Amino acid sequence: MTDLSVKIKDVVFRNPVLLASGTVGYGDEISNFCDLNKIGGIVTKSLSLKPRKGNPPQRIVETASGMLNAIGLANVGVEEFLKTKLPNLAGYDTNIICNIAASSPEEYIECTRILTTESAINGFEINVSCPNVKDGGLEFGNNLDAVRRITAGVRAVTDKLLIVKLSPNVARISDFARVVSEEGGDAVSAINTLVGTSIDIRTRKPKLFNVTGGLSGPAIKPVALAKVLEIKRNVRIPIIGIGGISKWEDIIEFILAGASCIQVGTMNFISPDFAEKVVAEIAGYCEQNNIPVLNELTGAVRLP
Amino acid sequence: MRIEKTQIVSVSEVQSGIFILTVESEYFAAATLPGQFFNIRVSESLFPLLRRPFSISDLTGKNLSFMFDVHGEGTKILSQKRAGEWLDIIGPLGHGFGIEGEYESAIIVAGGLGVAPFPYLTKKIRNKKKIYSFIGARSSRHLVTQGIVNVYSATDDGTTGYYGNVVDLLKLKISEIPGIKKIFSCGPTPMLKSLTDWVNFVGIESEVSLECAMACGFGICQGCPAELHDGSGYKLVCKDGPVFNSQEIIIS
Repeated sequence: MTDLSVKIKDVVFRNPVLLASGTVGYGDEISNFCDLNKIGGIVTKSLSLKPRKGNPPQRIVETASGMLNAIGLANVGVEEFLKTKLPNLAGYDTNIICNIAASSPEEYIECTRILTTESAINGFEINVSCPNVKDGGLEFGNNLDAVRRITAGVRAVTDKLLIVKLSPNVARISDFARVVSEEGGDAVSAINTLVGTSIDIRTRKPKLFNVTGGLSGPAIKPVALAKVLEIKRNVRIPIIGIGGISKWEDIIEFILAGASCIQVGTMNFISPDFAEKVVAEIAGYCEQNNIPVLNELTGAVRLP
Repeated sequence: MRIEKTQIVSVSEVQSGIFILTVESEYFAAATLPGQFFNIRVSESLFPLLRRPFSISDLTGKNLSFMFDVHGEGTKILSQKRAGEWLDIIGPLGHGFGIEGEYESAIIVAGGLGVAPFPYLTKKIRNKKKIYSFIGARSSRHLVTQGIVNVYSATDDGTTGYYGNVVDLLKLKISEIPGIKKIFSCGPTPMLKSLTDWVNFVGIESEVSLECAMACGFGICQGCPAELHDGSGYKLVCKDGPVFNSQEIIIS
């Protein structure tokens, strides 16, 4: 029986498979298909201090092996989350990571300060990389000083697991991972979506109301894998790999490149039971290949 | 709501370019109401990546039918499926039409393939309510009336029925329809907009089934917003709809 567990800071994940923020809401709907008790954890839809309505339609466009989204961080806000969403989530035996998105460093800190008192919450993922909002989001994600300030500020108000979700829309992602590490962040998630767009040639208008959106799905996996590898080769910080995972082999690739855990994103839309099923497939791979402890594979890629 | 591998019973081209695909599922057949929809994975590969949503068109015994025209890669693949093949389907999804109630006359208003949900609705209410079906299309060969009763047709080119749009035809005929009325509609956005502007003005109870690009179909991607009249934000077409009261949402 292979040990699939992963420990980051003081949080033990029973396996490395987490559900990515923005692809599973607050767990209400996905739990009809995926047994949350069998996965490593769930990362909530981004929370902001106040509710956000999100962008007008069209918010979604399918692309070759991927999709663009420009949801605009539609979310219920911290207060409503605590009242109606967290009690349900807390009923599952899994790790709950709250993703936080904000339009100022102060708002990130305030959200974290409020949520950190909840014992059901195991950690935070700070979203400095949403490409679909005007205020905040990527404006922070491609600014080293902003990421430094936000990481330090949030670190000061929580002792819980602190993950910063990094943008691929930067020249050197490892520089950002280093800043997170220096400011006391416990891990980085890599990557958020890539900025993309799509144009309707009949109307000559962008298909997305927001003009640009975030590209996700199998199309971005090679990019995500390269970013994980870049971070692993340059910074000592646990990495949560995200980007286009659509089969169990992808997960092994991410782990070999340097990921401790991974997140399943777009695939939840297509096969909402994928995360639960893929855990069993990874276990099968480990047993067939005599791998007693999965996390020994982290970073085990054989580089030239 | 669940994921099921269902077996295809038949795929037939009922008229030029318009297909009906039928699958067999005991659970889906027992659980599905008119106006609900299913998100179908058209290929076992990841091309195309996303599922395709289709409203339930008809339901007989254990057999569920979906109506579609070929307008892209997904529907092209579906049209080429054969009986005996398996199809991965999530459903039933969303809220269907409110078919119960005090109304005496059910008025169906459909444009183009917007007719898709109405054979099943017709089957469910035809013994209880008087039905008037206003069906519009570009031309006679695009007009689908299979499973529809008491049809008033309209075509853009006048090749059959009323020469003009189906909402204008309804306005001409409305005074002939007796009793308390309720409108059930589905079709292109301009048609739904003109219909709801009018019914909200004259005060006929009306439900509208919306279409929207979506990824998941059950609320997790947040990709399909429908804007609320009261200014409070959005509901989701997939989870809160696809059927809405026409007073509740803004069609634009």
